[in-house]
Order: sequence, then C-alpha cells, then structure tokens
Amino acid sequence: MSNSEIEIVVDDPTAPEANSPAVTNTRVAEAVVCVLLIGFALLLGYDNWRTGIGWDSTGPQAGYFPFYLSVILGGASLYGLVTVLLTRRQDAETFVTRAQLRRVMAVFVPTLLFCLATQFLGMYVASFLLIAGFMRLVGKIAWWKSLLTAFVFTALMFVTFDIAFDVIMPKGPLEAAFGY
Amino acid sequence: MEAFGLLLHGFAVLMTWKILALMMVGLVLGIFVGVLPGLGGPNGVAILLPLTFTMDPTSAIVMLSSIYWGALFGGAITSILFNIPGEAWSVATTFDGYPMAQQGRAAEALTAAFTSSFIGSLVAVLLITFLAPLISSFALKFGPPEFFAVYLLTFCSFVGLGRESKHKTVISMSLGLLLAGVGMDTVSGQLRMTFGSSDLLRGINFLVAVIGLFGISEILLTMEERLALRGHTAKISLRVVLNVWKDLPKYWVTLLRSSFIGCWLGITPGGAIAASFMGYNLAKRFSRDPESFGKGRIEGVFAPETAAHASGTAALLPMLALGIPGSGTAAILLGGLMVWGLNPGPLLFVEHKDFVWGLIASMYLGNVVGLVLVLTTVPVFASILRVPFAAVAPMIVVSCAIGAYAIQNAMFDIWLMLGFGVVGYVFKKIGIPLAPFTLALVLGSRAEDAFRLSMIGSGGDMKVFWSNGLVGSITTLAIVLLFWPMIERASAGLGRLWRPTKTAG
Repeated sequence: MSNSEIEIVVDDPTAPEANSPAVTNTRVAEAVVCVLLIGFALLLGYDNWRTGIGWDSTGPQAGYFPFYLSVILGGASLYGLVTVLLTRRQDAETFVTRAQLRRVMAVFVPTLLFCLATQFLGMYVASFLLIAGFMRLVGKIAWWKSLLTAFVFTALMFVTFDIAFDVIMPKGPLEAAFGY
Repeated sequence: MEAFGLLLHGFAVLMTWKILALMMVGLVLGIFVGVLPGLGGPNGVAILLPLTFTMDPTSAIVMLSSIYWGALFGGAITSILFNIPGEAWSVATTFDGYPMAQQGRAAEALTAAFTSSFIGSLVAVLLITFLAPLISSFALKFGPPEFFAVYLLTFCSFVGLGRESKHKTVISMSLGLLLAGVGMDTVSGQLRMTFGSSDLLRGINFLVAVIGLFGISEILLTMEERLALRGHTAKISLRVVLNVWKDLPKYWVTLLRSSFIGCWLGITPGGAIAASFMGYNLAKRFSRDPESFGKGRIEGVFAPETAAHASGTAALLPMLALGIPGSGTAAILLGGLMVWGLNPGPLLFVEHKDFVWGLIASMYLGNVVGLVLVLTTVPVFASILRVPFAAVAPMIVVSCAIGAYAIQNAMFDIWLMLGFGVVGYVFKKIGIPLAPFTLALVLGSRAEDAFRLSMIGSGGDMKVFWSNGLVGSITTLAIVLLFWPMIERASAGLGRLWRPTKTAG
C-alpha cells in the first residue's frame, strides 16, 4: 500500500451543480410547516373535543389525553411560527436548490408511480418496472444491465418473501396468469 | 451469580445450527446495510423486520440484533476508507481514521475500529447482564403512576437535554404521541381521530412510520448530495491485527473512559452521537500530545468507536428492563417485540427467561462472530460502494415498500410510508429531530394507558404522581430535566453574581 493510492473511484455525472439558484429558504419552509402543524393540531383538537375531553364515571374520556397533546402541538408550532417570523431574513439558509430539487423529484416521482403501480399490477411487476426504469432513465445504465438487475432482484424478493418466509405481497394480473 | 447461570442457559438456547446460521445472515445483511449510503442501523432493522415475522421470537431477535451489530461495524468501513460516515456517530471516527487510510494504514485503522467497537459493546453487555435483572426486579413493584412517571422522565429528558431547539423537540414528540392515539381507544373502545376512514381504524403502525421516516426520506436526502466518491481499499492481514492487539493495553485508559461515557449516554437518551464526540474530545484533552489528533492517531479511532458502540448497546438496557428504548434502533426492536406478541417491560425477565437471556447471550456471541467476520471480509464490502446509486436506490425503495406492506398486509400502509417519507425529508431539513417522534409513537399508547389507569386509581387527583417517595422523586426529576436549560442558565447567573471577578473568563 503506497501513500496516496486510491483504488475505488465512483463518479456522479448528474450531480447537482453547486451554484444552482435556491428554490426556497429554510425560513419559508419552517413557516409553512408550522402553519400546517397548527392546522393539523386544530383539526385533531376539534375531533378529540367531539369525542369527549371530560371525565365520566370510568375516568378520563377517550379524547382527554390526545386533546391536551393537540394543545401542546399547536402551542409549540405557534411558538415556532413566531420565532421564524421574528428572525431576520438574511440569516435564512437555502432549503433546497433547483438542481437538488430536480434530483429529489427524480426519485420521488418514480417512487410515487411505483406505489400506484403496486396497487394495480402487484408488488413484483411494479418493482421490476421501477428498478429497470430507474437504472436506465435516471442512472443511464445500459438496457441489458438494468433489465437483468431488475429481474434478478425481483425474482430474489419473490423467492425470499412469498415462498421461503410466507410473507404474501400484493399480486396483480401477471401473477394471476401464473396461478399465484 | 444467578445472572451467570442464566447467561449460560442463554448460550445453550443459542447453540443450534439454525440460530447460528441466522446470526451469520443477520451480520452479513447488517454490514451490507451499514456500508450502503442511504441506509443505516434503524432503517436496516426496520426494513428487514418483516423477514422475522414468521420466526419464533428468539430466532427473530437474534437475527435482528445481529443486523444491528453488523450495521454498527459496517459504518466504520466507509468512515475510514472513504471519509463518508455511514452514520452520524461515525463522524468522529473519520477525524483520525481517514488520515490513517491516506497514510496507507487503513488496515490498522479498521482493525482498531472493529476491536474497539467490540470492547465497547462488551463492556455495555456486561453492564446489561448484571444490571438489567436488578432494575427489572425493582421495576416489578411499579404501578401505573410509577410507569407514567418513568415515561414522563424519558420524554422530559429528551426535551431538556437534547441539542435541538426545544420547541422542535416538543413538536416532534407531541406529534408522535398524537399519531399513536389514532384508531381504537384501548380503554373505552371508542374511535378517535379516524375521520370515518376504515384504514385509520387500525391506527398508524409504528414500523410503517419508521420505514418512511428513515428509509424513504434518507433516499431523498442522499440524492441531493453529490454521490461521487474516492476511497482506499484495504486488505487486513493477520500480522496487522496482531500488531494492533499487542498495543491495546497501552490505550486501556482511553478504552475504559470511552466505554464508561458510552454506557452512561446510552442509558440516558444522550445517544451514540454525543458519546462518540465526547469520547474523542476527552481522549484529545487528556492526551500528552493533543496536536497529533486529526492527523492519523490510532487513539482517535479507539476513543469514538468504543464510546459509540458502548452507547448503542447500553441503549438496550432500559428497553429490556423497563420497556423504554434508549435509541431509535432500540425503539424498532421494541416494536418487533410487540409484533411477536411479547410485552416489553420488567415482566419479560420473569415470563420469557429464554428469550431475554438468549438475546443477552446473542450480544456476546454476535459481537465475537461479527469481529471475525468483518476482519476477514472488508475488501468485499468496500467494493459494494462501486455499485452505482441509481441501482441501489430503487432496490431500497422496493425493500421499504415490501417491509411496510408485510406488517399488516395493507396497501394503505405503502401510501402512509410514502407520506412519512416526505414528512421525514422536510423535518430533517428544517431541524425537527425524528428520534423523539419515534420514541413517542412507540411508547404513546402505553404512556396514555399508564396515565389513565393512575387517574382512575386516584379518582382524577394529580397528586398521585407525588403519592410516595419513589414516584414523587421520578416525577420531580422529570420536571427538573424539562426545565434543565433554564435552571442551568439561572444557576450560572447566580454564580456570576456571587463571583463578579470571574466573569471575564
């Protein structure tokens, strides 16, 4: 082993550029999250209040504990919102840059499509499509490698879960055609 | 010496070919998970949990804890060879580990890391072996008020001692507790927060949330980064290993100090991250030559690794003895216990002796087997990083979905997982900690039950939490910890008033 020998090198040709403009900053993101959480706390608080937040002969009613938790959640979120609004605009860090968002979407959208496909085509067909499609379209890996990897991985999952461990996954028309 | 006899019994439970094989499989999967970017201890355990649903609890916990040990070992490989900490607690390992690899001493650094992980875990396991039965037999006397006080203590210490902004910890925790309450109320049988949805009737499953929060969100976060990497490879020869081991006694103070820090921070929810940094900093401060740290000093690898692993292991102590997990991964293991129909808490030591002592024995055995396994297979695992992320990412997504679906055979859970993935991504980016959320979600319903049972017992009188010395001191401690930052500031202010000359320093 010599001093500066580097033996494993992996490149990332589609890496997000460092100088990409910011889509939004953490200040805005925090404010939005706090507003959403306040809304959520109000909704749950109302629902628990309807369930009953008082006491009856058996002790606290079902809504008692969660009602006060929604109050705490709402209070903490309100505090967060106020502190965010009081901080100066210049101090905010970048939440996500445009290039980063593009990359995140490149994973998120296929994942979303995968979940949809699972609902209609079954887990295994969907996972084959996701792996092959993602490797080819996002990773720019050769077609044959993508298809082969996807097939081997999906088959491995099928054997491991459905056959060896008896953990049954959602199935679609393809599995039905094979009698599963 | 009763513990010793029970421990031997535990080893006897383990010594079957099936369990040893599962242990090896678990370790290999764990190292794999630890090395891959975008996966780590908690994610790995959460995703692989469904594999164990059809096993008996002892085999299942042995396999899961082996995955955990493997992930801990695996994190060190990427830190040292690639300067990429696989986990937050391996950050301190990169300070001296990577410089050592640059100087061509990668094999030495890896051996040091694995050996010190082993020592750290071993000290913590020894602690568990002798302390856990004592604590649990003490806790058997606990009634609902005591249990609620202990839960309160756990939650309050997260808020008071955590490094994140207090209101963010409170947000994360109350959200977790709220979501734990969704579905059928266990005491009255009433439905709450379901909004008429039949899918929400089952409640929000803890493991589904964890898979989304850690697995899916981690993939999204990883994609934001530049994924190029350059690293060293290493072959570990027996000669290097023996050389490092020969020097071990020289560093006994560092090892002992780090083990102690790790155990302490593991039991209290300080966590492995704080432990590794503290271990490193203290080793540096007490060193005769602090300048040489950060330039490839072997002590700089020993100190954080020992502390991180001692803490990661010690986090299992409160989980076994009291049913309160000390870390995110411990929380997931606890979720597993419930899936297998075991009720975590002090009764576990009485009702499921085989299981508990099998688990403790597997900690010893898993660490020994793991040490041998990583030392011999490092080059293989280092080359896993050659696999492009575009191939790894979709496979992780699929594994997450399989894991989420398998828990309750519900398509709704896959959507829930996706939702939690987005929530986890946003929360991590704006600094809302996820660990309190996980803890609250897994403890939520039991904390509520304890609270309501105490209220029913006392007829709605809050004084029940101060009704005897034990519960009173736990509750008071919880409240002190909740306001700890203010108390600290106030006492510092008072100190300054009394000694005005010292304020300059």
